[in-house]
Amino acid sequence: MLDAAWIIPALPAASFVAILLFGRRLGGGGAFLGIGAVAAALGASLMAVVEWVHRVDDAATEHGLGTLAVFGKGLLGAEAEHAAVKPVVHAVTWWESGPWVLRVGTHVDGLTVMMLVVVTVISLVVHVYSTAYMHGDERYTYFYAALSLFTASMLLLVVAENTLQLLVGWELVGLCSFMLIGHWWEEKPNTNAAIKAFLTTRTGDIGLLVGVILTGVMVEQATGRFSFGILATNEAALSGRVGETLLTVTAACLLLGIIGKSGQFPLHTWLPDAMAGPTPVSALIHAATMVVAGVYLGARVYPVFWEGFAIASGGINPMAAVGAITIVIGALLAFVQNDIKKVLAYSTISQLGYMVMGLGVGAWVGAVFHLFTHAFFKALLFLGAGSISHSGSHHSFDMRKDMGGLRHHMPVTFWTFLIGSAALAGIFPLAGFWSKDDILATAGQSGYELFMVVGIVGAILTASYMTRCVYLTFFGTYRGHGHPHESPPAITGPLVVLAALSVVAGFANAAAFGIEKFVEYVEPTVAFPKVLVPDFDVTLAVISVGLALASIGVAAYLWFQREELGPFAGLTRRSAPARAGYTFLVNKYYLDALYEDGIVAGIRGPLARAAYRLNQRVIDGIVNAVGRGTAVAGRLTYRYVDQGAVDAALNGLADETGALGGLLRRLQSGRLPRYALAVVAGVVLLGAGLVLIRI
Amino acid sequence: MPLTQFLVLAAILFAVGAYGVLARRNGVLVLMSIELMLNAVTLNLVAFSAQLDEVAGQVFALFVITIAAAEVGVGLAIVLLLYRNLRTPDLDAVDQLKG
Repeated sequence: MLDAAWIIPALPAASFVAILLFGRRLGGGGAFLGIGAVAAALGASLMAVVEWVHRVDDAATEHGLGTLAVFGKGLLGAEAEHAAVKPVVHAVTWWESGPWVLRVGTHVDGLTVMMLVVVTVISLVVHVYSTAYMHGDERYTYFYAALSLFTASMLLLVVAENTLQLLVGWELVGLCSFMLIGHWWEEKPNTNAAIKAFLTTRTGDIGLLVGVILTGVMVEQATGRFSFGILATNEAALSGRVGETLLTVTAACLLLGIIGKSGQFPLHTWLPDAMAGPTPVSALIHAATMVVAGVYLGARVYPVFWEGFAIASGGINPMAAVGAITIVIGALLAFVQNDIKKVLAYSTISQLGYMVMGLGVGAWVGAVFHLFTHAFFKALLFLGAGSISHSGSHHSFDMRKDMGGLRHHMPVTFWTFLIGSAALAGIFPLAGFWSKDDILATAGQSGYELFMVVGIVGAILTASYMTRCVYLTFFGTYRGHGHPHESPPAITGPLVVLAALSVVAGFANAAAFGIEKFVEYVEPTVAFPKVLVPDFDVTLAVISVGLALASIGVAAYLWFQREELGPFAGLTRRSAPARAGYTFLVNKYYLDALYEDGIVAGIRGPLARAAYRLNQRVIDGIVNAVGRGTAVAGRLTYRYVDQGAVDAALNGLADETGALGGLLRRLQSGRLPRYALAVVAGVVLLGAGLVLIRI
Repeated sequence: MPLTQFLVLAAILFAVGAYGVLARRNGVLVLMSIELMLNAVTLNLVAFSAQLDEVAGQVFALFVITIAAAEVGVGLAIVLLLYRNLRTPDLDAVDQLKG
């Protein structure tokens, strides 16, 4: 399966075509085509994982034997450093012109197979979940076709052999995101959200496009041959033959792409609006897979960032800074949301900030591991929110008006949501703890102490806003008007599966127990910088979990005590600074206002006024003067030139033409043999002329 | 075989075809004569192709054959319609476009 990885994206692509063509005629609206294709893709991905693990193990054994033979010592050396395992690369030429060769193919290594499993697992779960959630939707078949297309595009992006192919997948997932956010396009806000998401990510894509071209330039500078290959790009970045400026500019352009796609500050504003789409879409695209495409890009061509931003040297770099800012602003915004999906959306932004910051501080393994664990528990939380709106709150997502006290009515949803929240808050020993701790430990041990502190602050904020969210949804008294009940098995089943994964996924790289599967199997060993593998820091772990638990405790105490903020009740009414802060947060830091009123209207307004003034004064004046002048000239011309000269000439010409035409019409006999004769005569004349000229 | 023989044969075919086109009045026969001329050209192409050891001529010949088939299809349809409208295959009767 490592060699035939192209099958994995091809399966959902085939189901996309099949659903489009036959979906409506099949029973179940074609949903089972999609489920079957994604399940097959999941099977293929798991096969790829097994084969990759074997490949790494075999290489390690050989490496160990080699060390043994050369040094005659034990296997100690082999344990310390990994054997180099080349990624499995297959590509065919797609387009060729002179020295420009564009290829398309698959690049499979540990990171790829890990992403393949994440994407196919979440996609399968969402496919199953949607059979119940989207039941009776008028565009049910279309929805499944779009899900299949999305899965295929995401898998294409993951297995991409070169950065250009990655860009193709990247744009395709953006298109699917647009289609699915606007799934219920009859309502204007939904289409607005879709357009906003598309245009905002496109802003970042400009950077990505330039960055991709620059990767090709980098490779040419290093090797003399133009190529977009990921392996070639990574080797070029580490070769030392690429100019420092070029590296930095490439890294900055690619970072802009990451900022747009992965909802980083300041282009994060589209992600909360994207919640207008159906909830399974939010879980699949806007929590677990598409939004981490940016992080995946960062991890995929990590040497470019490593060299371009000089990550090894510590201090501050743009990537870590963007991530750190995003962690805090996302988490703060989650406090003032009343829509449960928006809480989760801002939480996603904040957690993506962890991943980007992780890449920025050199915690490659931590960032990728966090991507892995976050996919499970955040998809779980979104699907949980969907379950609540489906069966508990009458299709509303408003925690204040339509929820509360749901834990008795929806026990499965409640417990799985609680597990997801605890995993998100980083409670030992759930998945989020291990990955967050990995990032923080690396930051602390590689000269990025400031970012470690930001990360801990983020963890505290995360724990308390999730407490607020769980409290408002599941505790207190029911405030809605429906009859809440538990969701059907097609919805609770996926929740249970994801809850189980959220519990166990962290043990894939549980540093405290000496399990480091991500370091062993996922981290590349060819064309990759020496990233730090942190020692497990008990103090740090205790501090972060302790602070998270404490903030859960405080938040829970405040809400359980009075259903209000206790001593903070009415704080926004009594205190001007608190009110200002609340208003500032409710207005999302005025970023949307800045983009829409500031930038768009700022350009549109004055530009329109200036254009109007120019129109009235300058152009109108010119037009009027020209008009009057023309009228005068016209009258004069009519009298002398037109009537006097031109008409006489034209009449004469017409008469002559008529006479000549009368002569020529005799040639038009309308009889075919005559025409044929003329043609043959013409050919003979031409031939004769040719012969004469030659001689 | 020397090239000349082919060229002479082709020239004869072409001349016969040209005569047919000019002298015949029946539309079907005119079409057949055009086919003769086309075949003469095709023969030339193949002959030169073999002589110069250049495959392009044969490729052209294949094209000519294909297009000739299409041309006959259209031509016969026209003749058929003319016959239906005028009740005669005689091309001299077709002079509606007289100027």
